[in-house]
Amino acid sequence: MSATELKIFRPPVMDVTEEGDELLEVAMGPHHPSTHGVFRMDVALDGERVVKLKPVFGYLHRNHEKIAEKASYLASMPYTDRLDYFCSLTNNWAYALAVEKLAGLEVPERAEYIRVITAELTRIQNHASAIGFLMQEMGASGTPLMYAFREREKILDLFEELTGSRMMCNYMRFGGCRVELPKGWLEKVKTIVEGLPEFLDEVEALLTGNEILMARTQGVGVLKPDLAINAGVTGPMLRAAGVNYDIRKIDHYGIYDRFKFRVPLGDHGDIYDRYMIRVLEARESIEILKQALQDVPAGPIMDPKSKIRGFRPKVGEAYGRIEAPKGELGFYLISDGSANPYRYRVRPPSLINLTILEDLCLGQNVADVVLIFGSVDIVLGEVDR
Amino acid sequence: MLGEGILKGLGETAKNFAGSFVSKERLTTVQYPEERIAPIENTRDFPFLVYDGTDPMAGLRCVACQICEKECPPKCIYIVKSTDKKPDFVGKMQIYPARFDIDISVCMSCQICVEVCPFEAIKMDTEFELSTTDRFGGLLFDREHLSKSNEHYHKIHPTDAAEVDHRLAEEKAKVKAKAKAAAEVAAAKAAAAAAAPAAPAPKTAPDKEPGA
Repeated sequence: MSATELKIFRPPVMDVTEEGDELLEVAMGPHHPSTHGVFRMDVALDGERVVKLKPVFGYLHRNHEKIAEKASYLASMPYTDRLDYFCSLTNNWAYALAVEKLAGLEVPERAEYIRVITAELTRIQNHASAIGFLMQEMGASGTPLMYAFREREKILDLFEELTGSRMMCNYMRFGGCRVELPKGWLEKVKTIVEGLPEFLDEVEALLTGNEILMARTQGVGVLKPDLAINAGVTGPMLRAAGVNYDIRKIDHYGIYDRFKFRVPLGDHGDIYDRYMIRVLEARESIEILKQALQDVPAGPIMDPKSKIRGFRPKVGEAYGRIEAPKGELGFYLISDGSANPYRYRVRPPSLINLTILEDLCLGQNVADVVLIFGSVDIVLGEVDR
Repeated sequence: MLGEGILKGLGETAKNFAGSFVSKERLTTVQYPEERIAPIENTRDFPFLVYDGTDPMAGLRCVACQICEKECPPKCIYIVKSTDKKPDFVGKMQIYPARFDIDISVCMSCQICVEVCPFEAIKMDTEFELSTTDRFGGLLFDREHLSKSNEHYHKIHPTDAAEVDHRLAEEKAKVKAKAKAAAEVAAAKAAAAAAAPAAPAPKTAPDKEPGA
C-alpha cells in the first residue's frame, strides 16, 4: 500500500443516517486529578467516527483574574508564570507590556534585547516540546519527546541561571527586567543557539519524511482559514491555515522591527502543516536570536521611573498583547488609580484555539481526535486560569 | 520508496543510541541522588532569614516591618512584632520579629519578599529536599528554622552576598561617620557647657556593633 493509499484508507463504518442506531458516548481526555492538566471531551461516536464532541474544562480553575484584582500589580506577576507554564517568560512579557502601557513606562534598550532573547528561547523550547507531545499522542512513545526535552533542558538551564527558576521565571518587571545578566550568560546562549539548528535537523530527519506520520496527519483535522479567523484562532494554528498574522510583524512590540525574519505559512491547515509550521518557526526564532545576540547594548535594565513598592498607575485602561508561542496572549487592565487593578483580564490563546475543537474533529476517526487535540498545543493552566 | 523516511528516522535514533556509548555529551541524564549536577548560582527555592554573627536570634537582620508579609502574593508569611527592642547591625535599637513563620507548602518561590525587603534580611535558599511526613507542622517553618547565617548566604549566592555585604558596610560606615560627627559636636558643646555647672550629659548614638 502506498503512502497516499494509506492516507485515504479508512476502516468501514456504519452509516450515520441509518435509523435505530445508537451512538456511543465516550469521555476522553486526561481527566485523572493527579495529571497536570485535566480536560475531558464528551465524544459521541458512531462506530469509529465522531458525531458530536463537547470539550469540558475548568478543572484547573484557580481564580487567577479575581486574585489579580485583589493583589497588587507586582503580586500578579508570579501568577502569570502559572498560566502557560511552558512559556512563563512570554507570559511575563505580555503582562509587563500591558502595565507599561497603563503606567507609561519606557523600557531601556538592553532590557528589550534581553526580553527578545528570552522570548525566542521560550518559543523554541515550547515548539520543540509541542512537537514531542504531538508525537507522543500519535503513539511514538518517548523518542521524539525525549529528544525535544533534551534540548529544552539546555534552555531551561539558561533560564535557571538567569532568573533562578527553570519554569516559574518571574523575571520581567514593569519597565525592564529584574536582574542583570550573569557573567558569561550571553556566551552560553550563543553556544546553545549554534547547536539548535542541528537539533532541528535531527527532528526533521526523524519525523518530516516519516510515512506513518504523513499517513496519520496529512488531511486530518483541516482548519479552514475563514473558520480560523471567525473563531479568533491565533498563533501557529492560524498560520498553518495560511493566514498571515503574526503580532511580531503587525504590532512591532518591543524591538521586533529591527530583526529580519520570515513568517512561515501553511497551505492545507492540517496537523502536518501545524507540525511543519512549528519547526519552521523555531528556525526563524534561531535567526532572530542570532541577530539579537550580536548587539546587546550596555546600559540600565530598569526604567528609573518604575518602582517596586507603592506602584499605582494612573486611571485608565490598557491592552497589551504579544505573540506568545501558542498565539496571541493579551492582558487587559483597567486601573482606578489604586494599588490593584480594577479589572484584569487574560486573553488566553490556548482557550480560544480550543474552541474550534469540535469543528476539527467532526467526521474524523476517534484515534485522530487525540492527534487533533495534541496539534492544537494547549496548556490547561492557561485554558482554565 | 515507501519506508524511506522511517528508515532515515531509525538511523537517527541508532546514531543517538550508539553515540551514547562513546560520547559523554549524548548522555544527558544523571543518576540522582547518587550523582548530582553542579548547583546553579541564581537558583532559588524557599526564603530564609539572614543573621550576622553567631547567635541567630540576636543577629537577625529582620526588623519586623511586615512589608514582605503584605507583598507576599500567596500570603504565606506570618509576623508578630516584638514588644521590646534589640540593636540592629549598626547599633540602632529596632523591634524584631517575635514570630516569623513561613508556610512553605503555600510559598511559591517567587522571590518578591526578597525584592521588597529594604533590610536585606530575607533571601532565597537553595535547599529543595524538604519532604516530610508531617504535612502541616513539618512544612511550617518558624524563625529558628528559617534563620541561617550570612556565611551560608555567601556559600549559596556568592556574587549577591558580596554585593549585599558591600552595601551594608557602606551604610554602616555612613552611620558611624554621622555618629562620630554628632559625638564631636556634642563633645564640643559639653566642653563649652563645662564652664556652666549642671549641664545635661550629651547623648550619643551607641558605637558598638552587636554580632557583626
